[in-house]
Amino acid sequence: MSASAKPIANTRSGTGIPTARLITWWVIASEIVIFGGLLASYIMHRIGHPEWAESASHTLTWAGALNTFVLLTSSLCAVLAHKAADAHDGPKAAKLLRLTALGGLIFLCIKGYEWTLDIREGFVLSSGGFWSFYYTLAGLHGLHVLAGMIIMLIVAADAAKNQELQRVECIGLYWHFVDIVWIFLFPLLYIAR
Amino acid sequence: MTTEAHVQHPNYVKIWAILVALLIVSLIGSMSHIRAVLLIAAFGVAVVKAYLVAKNFMHVNVEKRWVPYLLIVCLLFIFIFFAGVSPDVMKHSGLHWTNPSADQPAQPGAAAKHE
Amino acid sequence: MTTEVHHAEPGIFRKYFFSTDHKMIAMQYLFTGMAMALIGGFFAYVFRMQLGFPNQQVPGYGIVTPGRYNALVTMHGSIMIFWVAMPVLIAAFGNFLIPLMVGCDDMAFPRINRLSYQIFLLSALVLLASFLVKGGPFGGAWTAYPPLSAVGAYNLTPIGATLWLLAVALEFIAFLLGGINFTVTTMNSRAPGMKMYDIPLVVWMIVLASIIFMCSAGPLIAGAVMLLFDQTMSTGFYDPTRGGDPLLWQHLFWFFGHPEVYVVLLPAMGIVAEVVAVFARKKVFGYKTVLYTTWAVGFLSFVVWAHHQFVAGIDPRMANIFSITTLLISVPITEMVFLYIATLYGGSIHLDTPMLWALAFIAEFMIGGVTGIFLGSSGTDIYLHDTYFVIAHFHYTFVPIAIIAVYAGITFWYPKMFGRMLNETLGKIHFWGTVIPFNVIFIPLFITGTAGDQRRVYSYAQFAEQSRPALQHLRTTSTVALLVMLAFQFVFLFNFFRSVRSGTSAGANPWRSTTLEWTVPSPPPHGNFAEMPTVYRGPYEYGLPGRADDFLPQNVPD
Repeated sequence: MSASAKPIANTRSGTGIPTARLITWWVIASEIVIFGGLLASYIMHRIGHPEWAESASHTLTWAGALNTFVLLTSSLCAVLAHKAADAHDGPKAAKLLRLTALGGLIFLCIKGYEWTLDIREGFVLSSGGFWSFYYTLAGLHGLHVLAGMIIMLIVAADAAKNQELQRVECIGLYWHFVDIVWIFLFPLLYIAR
Repeated sequence: MTTEAHVQHPNYVKIWAILVALLIVSLIGSMSHIRAVLLIAAFGVAVVKAYLVAKNFMHVNVEKRWVPYLLIVCLLFIFIFFAGVSPDVMKHSGLHWTNPSADQPAQPGAAAKHE
Repeated sequence: MTTEVHHAEPGIFRKYFFSTDHKMIAMQYLFTGMAMALIGGFFAYVFRMQLGFPNQQVPGYGIVTPGRYNALVTMHGSIMIFWVAMPVLIAAFGNFLIPLMVGCDDMAFPRINRLSYQIFLLSALVLLASFLVKGGPFGGAWTAYPPLSAVGAYNLTPIGATLWLLAVALEFIAFLLGGINFTVTTMNSRAPGMKMYDIPLVVWMIVLASIIFMCSAGPLIAGAVMLLFDQTMSTGFYDPTRGGDPLLWQHLFWFFGHPEVYVVLLPAMGIVAEVVAVFARKKVFGYKTVLYTTWAVGFLSFVVWAHHQFVAGIDPRMANIFSITTLLISVPITEMVFLYIATLYGGSIHLDTPMLWALAFIAEFMIGGVTGIFLGSSGTDIYLHDTYFVIAHFHYTFVPIAIIAVYAGITFWYPKMFGRMLNETLGKIHFWGTVIPFNVIFIPLFITGTAGDQRRVYSYAQFAEQSRPALQHLRTTSTVALLVMLAFQFVFLFNFFRSVRSGTSAGANPWRSTTLEWTVPSPPPHGNFAEMPTVYRGPYEYGLPGRADDFLPQNVPD
C-alpha cells in the first residue's frame, strides 16, 4: 500500500510519537503481561518445587549461552539498521535487517538442535513439571522470534526501496523486547539450579 | 515516509561488547557453588543487560515519559499477580492447611492415567 | 491542510467483506454480535425451560440431558460475554464512533482493523464448529476449571473443550489488535484543538476498557496455552499429582475475569453518559471526576480478583485482603452513578427511547451493584457462592451492560449509522417488554438462591435435599418471564430491519447533539468529513445562556 493511501488518522500525532512507534509500544506492553504471566507462573512453581532442580540441571547451558550471544548480536544489527534508516539509507537498513533475521534463524536452528538432544535424552513436553514449563516458555519465545523474523523481512523489502523507513525502528523495538525476554529466560532455565 | 531522527545514536558496538562481557560474567558466576553469587550472576546480570538494551537500543530514556511508565505499570501488574497467587501455588502449607500431594516428587506413572 | 484521498467505488466484495472502512467493520462486528446473541439467547431459553419444567421435551430442542445442560450453560455464558458483549460494546461502537468522534477519517491502522475482525469471525466459526463435533460443545462452564476442563474423560466433551479454548484464544487476539488500534487512534489522530478533556466520555471509556483488557488478558493467554497442553499433550500444569496446581488456573482466569467485567462495564457507562447528556440537555456533571474515577476503577479492578475464589481453598489471609479491596471498588462505581444522577438533576429531560434505556441502566445496575456487596464479603459469600444469588447478581450487572446499554446505544446512534429513524412507539413497547420481564426473571432467583438453590445443576429431581418443590413456582415464574422477554426482542428486530428500509429520513443531527459524529451526513461517507474539523470546546456544551440554540457543537468556531 503506497503512502498516499494512508488515512489522515495514520499521519497525525497528538502525542508527538508517530503512530507506527506508538502502536509498537502498546504491542510490547501487552506482550509484557503475556510473558510475565507465564514467567510468574513458572517462578512460583519452581520455588515451590525445589526437587525440579534435578530436571533443570539437564538443560544445555552451552546452547542457551550461544543463543544469548546470537540474539545480542542480532539486536546490534537491528539497532544499526535503525541508525541507517535515520540517515535515510534504506538499502543499508534492509541489509542489516536481513542480518538480524538471519540471527533469528541461527537462534532457531541452535534451539532445534538443542531440543533434538533433549528429546533424545527422553525429556519431552510431558516429562514432568519443569520440562513442561521449559518447552512452553522457550516455545512461546521461539514463536515470537519466528513472527519477528517474518515481519522483519517484509519491512526490509520496503526499506530496500527507501519506503516506510519508520518501520525499521519499530520492528527493531519488537526485536529488542524479544531479546530482553530471552535475557531473563536464559538464567531462569539454564543457570538457576 | 521517512523518520525525523529523534535520538542521538551512541556507539552501539561498544554497548554490544559490554553485553557480551556481562554474558561471560554470568556464565562464570553460574559455576560458583555459593548461592548468593549464583543468583547475582544470573539475575543481577540479567537486570543490568535488560536495562542496557532498553536504554541504548530501544531508546526508552529519550522517549516520552509515559512510555516507560506504561511498561513499568504492566510489570507492576505481574508483581501484583505474583503476590496474590504465590501464597496458594508456591507455598505448600499455610496457617491451617497443607498440600501433601505437592510435596511428593512428580509421579511419572500418573501421566498414563489420563489417556 | 487536508489530504484528498480518492477511491473508485469498490465492488461488492471489497465493500462488504474486505472493507477497511471502520464503519463497515463496525457493522460486521455488530451483526455478528447480534447473530451470536440469538444463539446465546436460544440456549438460555432451552436451559430455563429445563429448569422451569424439568425433564420435559423443550419445544424446538428436545430433552435436556445432563451433558447437554452443562454444554448449554457453558455456551450461553461464553457466547454472551465473548461474542456478544465485547464485540458489540467495544468493537462495534468503538469502531463506528471513535474516528467520527475524534474527528478523523478512519482508524490509524485500517488494515489491522480488518484483520482483527477476520480473526474475530474465525473465533466465532471455531466456536460454532464445536457444536458439530463428537461429544458436542464444551461443557465445563465458561470458567473452565481444571481438572474438569483438562481431562476429556471428566468433561465428556474433549474435542469441544479444545475448540472452545482455541476460539477464546483467537477472540483475545482479535480484541488485543482492535483495542490497540483504538488506543493509538484516540491518542494520536484527534482533530486539531481536541485536547484530552475534550474527548467524549464514550471514547475514553472504550479506550480505557481496551487498555484494561490488554493488561489483564496476558496471564490468561499464558494459562490457556498451559491448559491446551494439558488437554492435548499430556502435560500436568494443573495436575496436582504431577507437580501442578489447579488453583493456578483459577487465579490466571480470574486475574483476567474480574477486570473483564469492567472492560464491558466501561463502554456501557460511556454510552449512558452520552445519552444522558443529550436527553437531559445538560453537561455531564464532573467530567474530570468521572474520568479520574474510571482510572481508579481500572486500577482497582486488578486487585479484587480472588473474590471469585473465596471457597476454593485460597489462603484465608488473602481472602481478607480481597474482601477489603472488593468492598472498596464499589465506592468509585457508585460515585460515577451518582455523577450521572447529578447530570440528570435540573436537566430538561426528554424521555425518548434511548433515554429510557439509559435510565433503566442506572436503576438496574445499582441493584446489581448492591447485591454484589453480599458476595464481595467473604463471610456471606461462603454461603452464597455457587447459588442462584450469584447468577441473579451478575445478571443484574451484565444485562444492563450487554443488553440495556447496548439498546441505548443502538437506538441513539441508529440514525447516524443507517440514515433513518427507528419507530418510537415500537421502541417504547420493546423497552417495557424487556425491562419488566427482566426483573421478573431474576428477582425470584435472588430468593431461590438465598434459599440455597445450587447453580449448574440440570435437575434438582435427582438430588433429594436440593429439590425443594415449594420453590418450583419461583423457578417456573423466572422461565415464563424469560419467554416473554425473548418474545419482545422480535419487536426490536422488526423495528430495526423495517426502519433501515422505510424509517423516516434522519438528517445529520436529529438529537441535536454537540459531538462531532453528528456534524456529518447520516450515514457518513467514506472518509467521514468532507473537510477535517477543528475543535474549539468540550463535548457537552448544552444549555448555554444567551444563545438561540440550547447546544453548541464542538467544531463551531467561537
